[in-house]
Amino acid sequence: MFKKLALASVIALATSSVFAGEPIKIGFVTTLSTGAGVIGQDMRDGAELALDQLDRKMGGSDVTIIYEDDGFKPEIGKQKTDKLVKKDKVDFVSGYIWSHVLMASYKKVVDNDVFLIGSNAGPSTIAGKRCHENFFSTSWQNDQNAMAMGEVLNQRGIKRLYIMAPNYAAGKNMVAGVKRTFKGEVVGQDMTKFPAQLDFSAELAKVRAAKPDALWVFYPGKHGVQFLKQYSQSKLAKDVPLYNIFTIDNLSLPRVGEWAEGSLMTQFWAPNLDTPANKRFVDGFKEKYDRYPSFYAAQSYDSMMLIDSAVRKVDGDVSDKDAVRAALTEADFESVRGKINYGNNHFPIQDFYLTKVIKDSDGVYTTEIVKKVLSNHQDPYASKCKI
Amino acid sequence: MNWLLLLEQVLNGFQLGMLLFLLAAGLTLVFGIMDFVNLAHGSLYMMGAFFCATFSEWTNSFLFGALLTIPATFILGVVVEMVALRRLYSRNHLDQVLVTFGLILFFNELVRLIWGPVGLDIVLPDFLNRSVEIIPGVPYPIYRLAIIVLGLAVALLLYWIISKTRLGMLIRAGASNREMMGALGINVQLLFTLVFGLGATLAGIAGLMAGPILSVEIGMGRSIIILTFVVIVIGGIGSIKGAFIAAIVVGIIDTVGRSFLPDILKLMVSSDAASTAAPAISSMLIYFMMALVLAIRPQGLFPPKGVA
Repeated sequence: MFKKLALASVIALATSSVFAGEPIKIGFVTTLSTGAGVIGQDMRDGAELALDQLDRKMGGSDVTIIYEDDGFKPEIGKQKTDKLVKKDKVDFVSGYIWSHVLMASYKKVVDNDVFLIGSNAGPSTIAGKRCHENFFSTSWQNDQNAMAMGEVLNQRGIKRLYIMAPNYAAGKNMVAGVKRTFKGEVVGQDMTKFPAQLDFSAELAKVRAAKPDALWVFYPGKHGVQFLKQYSQSKLAKDVPLYNIFTIDNLSLPRVGEWAEGSLMTQFWAPNLDTPANKRFVDGFKEKYDRYPSFYAAQSYDSMMLIDSAVRKVDGDVSDKDAVRAALTEADFESVRGKINYGNNHFPIQDFYLTKVIKDSDGVYTTEIVKKVLSNHQDPYASKCKI
Repeated sequence: MNWLLLLEQVLNGFQLGMLLFLLAAGLTLVFGIMDFVNLAHGSLYMMGAFFCATFSEWTNSFLFGALLTIPATFILGVVVEMVALRRLYSRNHLDQVLVTFGLILFFNELVRLIWGPVGLDIVLPDFLNRSVEIIPGVPYPIYRLAIIVLGLAVALLLYWIISKTRLGMLIRAGASNREMMGALGINVQLLFTLVFGLGATLAGIAGLMAGPILSVEIGMGRSIIILTFVVIVIGGIGSIKGAFIAAIVVGIIDTVGRSFLPDILKLMVSSDAASTAAPAISSMLIYFMMALVLAIRPQGLFPPKGVA
C-alpha cells in the first residue's frame, strides 16, 4: 500500500513538473546580419507580435524563444540549428528564409524528433521525396507562387517570355513552377550567380535583344532592389513589362516604390487580405512597429500561432510527440490567410492571388490583392511524399 | 550571332572593367609599393558609396555628393593608415591579413551603427538617368557611359601622376626598390601615408560610381574585391598599366562569358542544365585565366620595371 502510494506520488510529481513548470522552448533561425538582415528582423518582429498577443504563454506554460542568426550561410545555419537542438533542447525550431539554409539544417531537426515549422522557404525536395512527419510549413512550396504567375501570364495573353532568377535551390524551383503552368514559349532564361551577382546589365541586354512579350523574375531580398533599379535604368519597361514573384515586398517598397508602382506579382497574402486574424495581425504590426508587415512577418506570425494551437491542444505537455504532431496537423487556429488545411506533406493547401503595388491613402507604398488566381492549390510534389 | 548584342555586352564589360580598374589601381599601389596586403580595400569602396549617398542627400545633388566623397575617402584612408596600419609594414603578410580582416568587420559594424542595416540608395539626376543610342537601336544608359568616361579620365590622371610628377617618380621607385629609396633619404613614412590615401580615394570613387547602379549595402565590397585581386595578379602586382589592361580583359570576359555561355552550352546539353551550369562556368573562366597567366608569367602580364 505504501509502495503504491509512493509510486503514485512520484508519478504525479514527475508529470506535474512536465505540465506546469517547463517553459515551451522555441528556436528561431533567420538572417539577422548581412544585407539580408532586414528580412530576418521582419520575421522576428512578426514572431514577437504573435507572442505578445499570446501574453507570451502557450497552453498555460511560459514561452522561451531563442533567435539565431544564420548569416545567410547554409553551414552557419546548420551549426546554429545543431546548437538549438542539442544544447538548448528546444521543442520547436522555426524560421529559415533561404531554401539552401533550410536544406542544410533540415535533417538535424526532424531526425532528433523536434518539430520544424518552416516559415518561409519551401524547397521541392522537402515537399516531395524527403518530406518528414515532423516538418510543417506556414508558407508555401516554392513552385506554387510561380505557378500562379504562369496562369496570370496565360490570362494576359503573353506568348513569348524571358525568365531570370538566381541560381540556387529556390530559384530553380520557381523557374520550374512558372514553366509548369505557362503555355507560351520561353525565349530566354538566365540563372544568375547567387548571391554574388548584383549587376544584371548583361542579362538585361539579352532581354532587350530577345524582344519577349514579358520578363518574369524572381529576386528576393536585396537582389530585388538592385534588379528593379537596373531594370528601371535600362528603360526596358515600355517594351517589356515585368512580372515578378518575391522581388518586391513590403520591406523593399519604401525604397523601390516609385519604380515599382503598378507592378504585378502573385502571393498567398497581402496586407489587405480580408480575414479577422489578418486584420488583427496587420493592425497590431503597424501599431507596434509603425510600418507595413511583409509576407515574411505574416508567415512567422502564423508559425507562432500554429505552435500555440498545438501546445494548447496537448495542455502544454509537449513530451508526447505523437499528440503534438496530430495537433499540428489539425492546425486548429485562425491563420492570417483563414484556416490552414495541411496536405499529406504538411504544406498548406491554399489560395493564391494576383497582387499589385499601390500607394495607400497615407501615401505609403504597399501591395493589394487584385484577384484570386488559384483556389485550394496543392503543390505538385505532394504525391511524391510518403506520409 | 547577334552583333549588336555582342557590342553592347562588350560595352557592359568595359564598364565593369572601369570599376575594377579603379579598385585594382588603389590596391596595387598599396600592395606593390608598400608590400602591404589590404583586405579592407573593399571596405573603403563601401565607405565611398555610403559617403556619397549621405552627402548627396545633404546637398540634394549627386554631383556635389560625389565631389565631397573624394576628399572624405582620402582623409579616411589617411586616418586608417596612421591609426591602424602604420606599425604593420614590418610584419609579415599573415599579420596584415589578420588586421585588415578585422578592419572589414569593424567597418561593417560601424556602417550598421551609423546607417542601419537596410542600406541606402543614390538617386541619379535626370540628365544621367537616361539612355542614348550610341549603337543604333540599342539604348544604353548614360550613367554607365559616364562610368566608362570617368574611369578613362582617372586612368589618364593616374598615368600623368605616375609618369610625370615627383610623387609618381617616388611611387615608381618604391615599387622597384624600397630599401634604396629609404637609403636616399626619402620620407618613406609620408610617402606611404599619401599612397594609402590615394588608394583609398580610388576605392571611394569606385564606390560612389557603383552606388547608383548597385544599392549601397553593408559588405558590398566583398564580392568585387576578389575579382580585384584577380585583376592585380593578372596585371602584375604594383603595375597601374597592368591593372588597367587586366581590369578591362576581366570585365569583358566576365560579362561576355555570362551572356553567351548559356547559348554555347545549349548546343551540347539540355537548356535547363545549360542555364544552371553557365553562371558557374563563366565565373570560373576568370580563374582559369589567372591560373594560365601565373603558369606562364608568374610575375603577371605587365610587372613594374625591376620586379621581373
